[in-house]
Amino acid sequence: MREMIRMVATLTILAAVAGGLLATVKTTTAERIEQAVLEYVQGPAVMSIMENVTNDPLEDRFAIEIDAEERDFFVGMVDGVPKLVAFEGKASGYGGDLGVMVGINVETGEIVGIGLTTHAETPGVGSRAETDIRFLQSFVGLPVVAADKIRIGEDDGEIANIGGATVTARAVCTAVRRVGNMYENYESEIKTKVADFSG
Amino acid sequence: MAKTIAQEFKKGLWDEIPPFRLVLGLCPVLAVTTTAENGVGMGLATTFVLVCSNMLVSLLRNNIPPRVRVPCFIIIIATFVILVELLMQAFAYGLFLELGIFIPLIVVNCLVLGRSEAFASKNKFLPSLADGLGMGIGFTISLGILGAVRESLGTGMISGIQVFGPSFEPFEFMVQAPGAFVALGLLLCLMNILGKK
Repeated sequence: MREMIRMVATLTILAAVAGGLLATVKTTTAERIEQAVLEYVQGPAVMSIMENVTNDPLEDRFAIEIDAEERDFFVGMVDGVPKLVAFEGKASGYGGDLGVMVGINVETGEIVGIGLTTHAETPGVGSRAETDIRFLQSFVGLPVVAADKIRIGEDDGEIANIGGATVTARAVCTAVRRVGNMYENYESEIKTKVADFSG
Repeated sequence: MAKTIAQEFKKGLWDEIPPFRLVLGLCPVLAVTTTAENGVGMGLATTFVLVCSNMLVSLLRNNIPPRVRVPCFIIIIATFVILVELLMQAFAYGLFLELGIFIPLIVVNCLVLGRSEAFASKNKFLPSLADGLGMGIGFTISLGILGAVRESLGTGMISGIQVFGPSFEPFEFMVQAPGAFVALGLLLCLMNILGKK
């Protein structure tokens, strides 16, 4: 019995100390990690969507709290006018959460491009969603709020499926629809904040 | 019988150099050594975990009940691994993206658990520190060499510098998964020849 108690006590103390230590480190590094994610994960996705902008969208960003979560919105200028906004939506893919950055033209409400940020899809199968031009291009030009169109062909939508990676393709569509949903609900706020960047 | 601390340190560098002599921890050895930089990065991360866990296990060796020693080791190792993961995300995110899933997998790297079980739980603090450091550095060197061999043959350059001149035809096979086995096999063979004398 004594040995039993000793075993339980040792494991409990060890686990508690470990948990406390990790919680401390996690809170102290949170800000730097966020910065790094911005630079390495969201950055490339934003830049790939906004090709012809004259500003640095990573600099020109604002945040809106949606569903108790701070979300970053990246603003793109075309000919000195803030015209594009990009933000991220998440959905469950084949291997956990995947994030999709969606660029929207605020004048027309059309998608200008999408790019994957974080994902853990199977390399070589689901991960093709990152590079499959036919798939990525099929989002371009669709109104971001058109939830019935942002589905793969098999689901009566207008998005080109990725062969062998239907789960991933559907997840990307879901993430984009969520972005559309948020855009619809916060449209006026987003547009006001984007307009603030002019001049 | 008792070896000096210097001997404990040195054995990890040649006599018992982990991937080649002990042939332990092969999963990351094969998976991340596509470039020299990745190999060294992975090696350093593993070294950190190995040294820290060896020190702690050695300090606690008289307080850990033998029947729950493995769960205790795993908690200690996992803590340091998550620590490395968080620090790497904060300060070397590029490397974190490259190594990805293999960082959390250090937890189950049998080299780390193996040293805790076979060495640190039976030895004093300083020898354990020396053992961890030696093994870790040996592991890093091995991964670096394997990475350099694969990268140079597979792409013709190391960290962006041409090593064989412009006329070299990259041997792409070497940076793919089967190339890892071949490169490791050849290096093992070379080690054995050199070790025989």
